[in-house]
Amino acid sequence: MTRVFVPRDAAALALGADAVAAALAGHAAIVRTGSRGLFWLEPMVEVETPEGRIAYGPVSARDVPELLSSGMLQGAAHKLRLGKPEELHFLVCQTRFTFARCGIIDPLSLDDYRAQGGLKGLRRALEFGPERIVEEVTKSGLRGRGGAGFPTGIKWKTTAEAVGDQKYIVCNADEGDSGTYADRMLMEGDPFTLIEGMAIAAIAVGATKGFVYTRSEYPHAIATFDAALAIARREGLLGGTVLGSGHAFDIEQRVGAGAYVCGEETSLLDSLEGKRGQVRAKPPLPAHKGLFGKPTVVNNVITLASVPFVLTEGAAAYQSVGFGRSRGTMPIQLAGNLRYAGLFEAGFGLTLGELVNDIGGGTRSGRPVRAVQVGGPLGAYFPPALFDTKFDYEAFAARDGLIGHGGVVVFDDTVDLARQARFAMEFCAAESCGKCTPCRIGSVRGIEVIDRIMAGDRVEANLELLEDLCHTMKFGSLCALGGFIPYPVMSALTHFPEDFRALHKAAAE
Amino acid sequence: MADYEPWSETHGAEIIAAHVNRDGAAMPMLHALQAAFGCVPVAAIPMIAEALNLTRAEVHGIVSFYHDFRAHPPGRHVLKLCRAEACQSLGADALAAHLRQRLDVDWHGTTHDGAVTLEPVFCLGLCAVGPSALLDGRPLGRLDPARIEAELDAVA
Repeated sequence: MTRVFVPRDAAALALGADAVAAALAGHAAIVRTGSRGLFWLEPMVEVETPEGRIAYGPVSARDVPELLSSGMLQGAAHKLRLGKPEELHFLVCQTRFTFARCGIIDPLSLDDYRAQGGLKGLRRALEFGPERIVEEVTKSGLRGRGGAGFPTGIKWKTTAEAVGDQKYIVCNADEGDSGTYADRMLMEGDPFTLIEGMAIAAIAVGATKGFVYTRSEYPHAIATFDAALAIARREGLLGGTVLGSGHAFDIEQRVGAGAYVCGEETSLLDSLEGKRGQVRAKPPLPAHKGLFGKPTVVNNVITLASVPFVLTEGAAAYQSVGFGRSRGTMPIQLAGNLRYAGLFEAGFGLTLGELVNDIGGGTRSGRPVRAVQVGGPLGAYFPPALFDTKFDYEAFAARDGLIGHGGVVVFDDTVDLARQARFAMEFCAAESCGKCTPCRIGSVRGIEVIDRIMAGDRVEANLELLEDLCHTMKFGSLCALGGFIPYPVMSALTHFPEDFRALHKAAAE
Repeated sequence: MADYEPWSETHGAEIIAAHVNRDGAAMPMLHALQAAFGCVPVAAIPMIAEALNLTRAEVHGIVSFYHDFRAHPPGRHVLKLCRAEACQSLGADALAAHLRQRLDVDWHGTTHDGAVTLEPVFCLGLCAVGPSALLDGRPLGRLDPARIEAELDAVA
């Protein structure tokens, strides 16, 4: 029977991929894969032919009988035929290091994983030994992809040098930023890459236990990753002796419970310990005193999943791509009101305008783009006037923004930035862990002040108060939640002042 | 469709005992209780406290910190509607307003017939196919009022 590949990625399921698979059942051998990340084409179905895979999409279950009768299983012409997926413009423009296998392989086939280059990085890591692994990761220039951008090699070196009878690798899969879904896609589409990355980290720092803290909003990622862990244990990739090396390492997945702040690393550690997810003051660094007080590496999913490539292809290959101090690739997640929304892994340095207009194709609604929020709910809103900003940690910071975990959320001209600023404060108030005053109280006061501005009450005085409050939150908060909420608020105020003065003007006229 | 059992002290104690020896036992324990009973029943709090050697106040502090844990079982179906920015950019606020009016419930509320509980969620990672939701754990994308009502009708 002809093999047909149908995604099982949650976003493809949200568009009816299961119904498509059911309609194809009996006509073809169905392999469920992750998604390639071209979501306007999902469910995207691929047929194995002698010339390679041929893609069709977006396919609905209703299309299947006609597709079958027009010879889809032979790769025949049809209005939904897209050709070879790897030749699609959106994919041709990318540099897929971390997502090289996602959407192609059966995520739960270790044989597929090996056949596509998997485990080479771990084998090389075992040859290298701890010091050389850390050296290689440092040389690659890899920085934390969760948002902070801290050099991964330095974090590993600190943990490696810390003294402890037990060390941990903790993977932060609490991907709470709106507009981000790279962690989810990878865990659903290529979970062994994360397992391999964690095993390499474990060997580098001398850890024997790993935890993956996955958010509860990702039931499909949780299920796929747990299944992958069971396979990895059975096949000797995890357990008493990793690939027969004598190194013991096992991973356990834990599930969050809807608290955004647990994406902050110290709050995540408290949650893992079974406590309220409250932020810890630093120092001590988790590298010295982390989970249960032991030396701990805390890295984001994408950071860890980038490591197998670094070890397989070498630091130089990874480092050669990128811009400025942002080396390697970033899986950029194009989201929101965008025509071609999807996962775009590329070297740092593309401009925001290229991402939104050239690659993303402008808005899905067809209306003009008015604002783009990069980096999740703590990221700044940029107007098209800032579209020349390069996608790079430093370039965004220089314009009072951040790239965070790489989410790009596009809004058309119906957006009201005063409302978005209010939402930011509302979100902070709901999600604050409560430990520090600027965040806990400041966010509530922020809502009240914005409400007064929106009601046209002493607008200029209240705008001044809002700026002052943002200053206090930015410099007085314990972590990035209270500390970064001023970014969306102040960027809305700076770049879209007319939205805050609308009522004021209307009242004056 | 959610099929939760009524609170049972015996079964509750079994669940607590099954997790008590894990490192950082509280979260997996609370998830297991909610998976069985649809919530973390108030009656379970002193039992958890005893098992983990914490005060009841501390356990209440943990349970109430996390948005996921409910004090009462939900309706027969749970609709988690995304309210985060990427979905907002595609009309999630209007969709939410429509649904709340149509179902005659506020956030966390259950319809009068006990059929549907409406819960807000901040991001499902379906940001390229919004507005999005999870209906009894099943992901739904590119929602509009007609589509979401059809989905609700199909399960009701």
